Amino acid sequence: MAMLEVKGVSRFFGGLAALTDISFGVEKGDILGLIGPNGAGKTTMFNVVNGFYPPSKGEVYFKQKKISGLKPHQICKMGIARTFQVVKPLQRMSVLDNVIASAFLRVKTRTRAEEIALDTIKFTGLLDDRDVISKGLPLGKRKKLEIARALATQPEMLLLDESFAGLNPAELDESIGIIRRIKERGITIMIIEHHMKVIMAISDKIVVLSYGQKLAEGTPKEIGNNPLVVEAYLGEAESA
Amino acid sequence: MRKALPLIIAGLLAVLPLLGLSSYWMHILILVIMWSVIGMAWNLLGGYCGQVSFGHAAFFGVGAYTAGILYNKAHLSAWWGMPLSIVFVTIVALIIGYICLRLRGPFFALGTLAIGVILRVTAENLTGITEGDLGIMLQERTWIDKTWYFYIVLALAVVTFIAVKMIIESKLGYYFVAIREDQDAAESLGINTTLYKTVALSLSAVFTGLAGAFYMNYMGYIDPKIVFALHDISIVTIMVVMVGGVATYWGPFVGAIIMVFLAEIIRTIPKLGAAHHTFFGILLIVIIIFLPNGIVGDLPKLKKLLRIGKAA
Amino acid sequence: MTSVQLEVLLQTLISGLLLGGLYALIGIGMTLIMGVMKIINLAHGELMMVAMYIAYVLFSSFHIDPYLSILIAAPALFGLGVLLQKYLINPVLKVEAIIPENQVILTVGIGMVLANIATIIFSSDYKTTPVEYATKAWYLSDYWRESPIELSLSMPWSVSFCVALVITASLWFFLTKTDMGKSIRATAQDKDAALLMGVNVERMRVFTFGLGSALVGSAGCLFIPIYYLYPDLGGQFTLIAFVITILGGLGSTVGAIVGGLILGVFESLTATYAGMGWAPVGRFMIFVAALIFVPGGIMSLFKKRRLGK
Repeated sequence: MAMLEVKGVSRFFGGLAALTDISFGVEKGDILGLIGPNGAGKTTMFNVVNGFYPPSKGEVYFKQKKISGLKPHQICKMGIARTFQVVKPLQRMSVLDNVIASAFLRVKTRTRAEEIALDTIKFTGLLDDRDVISKGLPLGKRKKLEIARALATQPEMLLLDESFAGLNPAELDESIGIIRRIKERGITIMIIEHHMKVIMAISDKIVVLSYGQKLAEGTPKEIGNNPLVVEAYLGEAESA
Repeated sequence: MRKALPLIIAGLLAVLPLLGLSSYWMHILILVIMWSVIGMAWNLLGGYCGQVSFGHAAFFGVGAYTAGILYNKAHLSAWWGMPLSIVFVTIVALIIGYICLRLRGPFFALGTLAIGVILRVTAENLTGITEGDLGIMLQERTWIDKTWYFYIVLALAVVTFIAVKMIIESKLGYYFVAIREDQDAAESLGINTTLYKTVALSLSAVFTGLAGAFYMNYMGYIDPKIVFALHDISIVTIMVVMVGGVATYWGPFVGAIIMVFLAEIIRTIPKLGAAHHTFFGILLIVIIIFLPNGIVGDLPKLKKLLRIGKAA
Repeated sequence: MTSVQLEVLLQTLISGLLLGGLYALIGIGMTLIMGVMKIINLAHGELMMVAMYIAYVLFSSFHIDPYLSILIAAPALFGLGVLLQKYLINPVLKVEAIIPENQVILTVGIGMVLANIATIIFSSDYKTTPVEYATKAWYLSDYWRESPIELSLSMPWSVSFCVALVITASLWFFLTKTDMGKSIRATAQDKDAALLMGVNVERMRVFTFGLGSALVGSAGCLFIPIYYLYPDLGGQFTLIAFVITILGGLGSTVGAIVGGLILGVFESLTATYAGMGWAPVGRFMIFVAALIFVPGGIMSLFKKRRLGK
């Protein structure tokens, strides 16, 4: 069953097309990798799915229900949570309070919210930092906090925007582990990532965007062998 | 000890009238407590939810005029203004919220400022209802003695304090702070930012309006220039919180003490009386540059500064 | 419509346009500062008030015509703006605080001090500069004897309007044709890109604040022959400037001109048809309507900045 379906989505800013007629689907329980060079429209795609930008054309369906046109908070309530490429922690709140704030989406009392938040923090390995004010966290932990916060809303689908950028190898391994465990929980994932090795290793399916258009779609193996993709993206990435 | 602090302070305040203070000192105390209420109310919206209002005089004025018009037109006791102001102020807050909350950051501030002025001009011109610049005067005040006024405003302050504390420690409080810290992140975490900002605005408005209705009863006279004043109400409200402590429970109280006493001291120095806005302005500038989160909010910083001062 | 009604309407429109021209000048100063510095200057009207007192002193003590006093008041205001920006506003932009609107509140503080100092020096009495051409006007019937209606054009209003036009045109020339002007516009569009291209962003900010202050100062000198002066007049002009920038869209100079004209005409209409006391309400009705129906200008700028790419 398709969890998320993007049907013919275009998004214009003024006269510029950031996305042109994009269609793809994400199967329940899968990890879908969204890749492409800088400016390809990946984050715009997230912003469309998550409701920040309504699509100029086309529709987005989540569990067979149309979500394009809804507000971000409504879409989150339906079960799609996201992280941001430029991390947006609630700066002057502690790590725990950050996560409690998002846990309140599904529960009413402070006690329940705190339980969920503590679980999530343990899951993402932030337990020792729970009382740290999030402004003071190093980047690697802030990225984890983004994930924890999104998870605390108890989503069925998670949109991860470059959760690995800027991490050192040890943190990278840890984060990959976290993502695998999120998948084991049955949460569907769509992920934007520049680390080709990571994306090839964890994705069930990959969609390649370039200049706002869909260049290719397929399994990691198919994408790796696709000459178009290699030329437009992988070649560039490797030479860089 | 920390938990008992609110009780101790409320208790101390409650026995103050028994000391046989002069009418002047009772007046000062009543003003301090009234400004604490307004400050706590503003803090809920500005300090916690991050929506800085430059137009709280609008709510103060509507509360005051609710009491005044009830007395003047419906010939009821102006004390009915206290419960009824809740209704009218909420309506006004919802309208203002609908217009202004679509603005972000400084534009919200300016939007509320403009609305405050609109209400003042409206009150000046709707002479049939508000008596315009003539103002509304109570023929006789309920009590000559100030003790009861003191206890009423103290009760209002206690209720406000408890309400703010309960709100801030609940889901609502978390949502307010989340909105303050990052509106886009809050929205994508499932927080209906428009709804919760409206809630914060309405709650803040209601407590401010109650203070306004109290003011009508206590002072016995209002006119548009007094209760809808930009500098002497809206800006002083901000100063009470900025000086005392942004997003702290006790900040508004500390700020109210400082502001009321400062105003009184300046007023009593013969030649400086006219310059009280200059002093307020300079105080505001100094606070913003050196203690941007107020005395309570920047307590650690303040302690450090003082210690360095002593060492040197 | 009878000829009397037509006469009233046309006369109202004329005075509205003349007023609007001056409003535009006030609005441009504000919009420049907003565009380049992304801050709101709530002392804008008070700066104008300062310029008006300078013109008033020059007139009453040295008999200098208010129009000539622009040459003194504008540079003086430029200097004042530079000092305020450098020593008060810039430091606050760097201070970390819970309330991000600190800087706006700071300008309120500055405005309070300016207005209060003016009260101390000049008292709160209304002041005017009684120039001899204050009541001179041109009448339509002088030029067209058979005219079915009578219209008049006040001389000081017209002169002020024309000077405002000249200043606006020179500003436009400065912003589009000179290197400095181009750097300012670059800073307004994208601070980081401007920085990369070697623009001294810090200096542009200081300069822009000075320029905005000088513009509103000139507007003050143009207002004083036709208006009266008192220390608290600044606040209402700050609001006018803000309403104009909202109407015209942020940071847009052309928008400020259009916004100024719309506001002038509308205020004039409310004053004629609803009564003088309601003119400020008319002003804010427009403001509220702009917020509800055409939020484009304001919203787009802030959304873009907040959302990143």
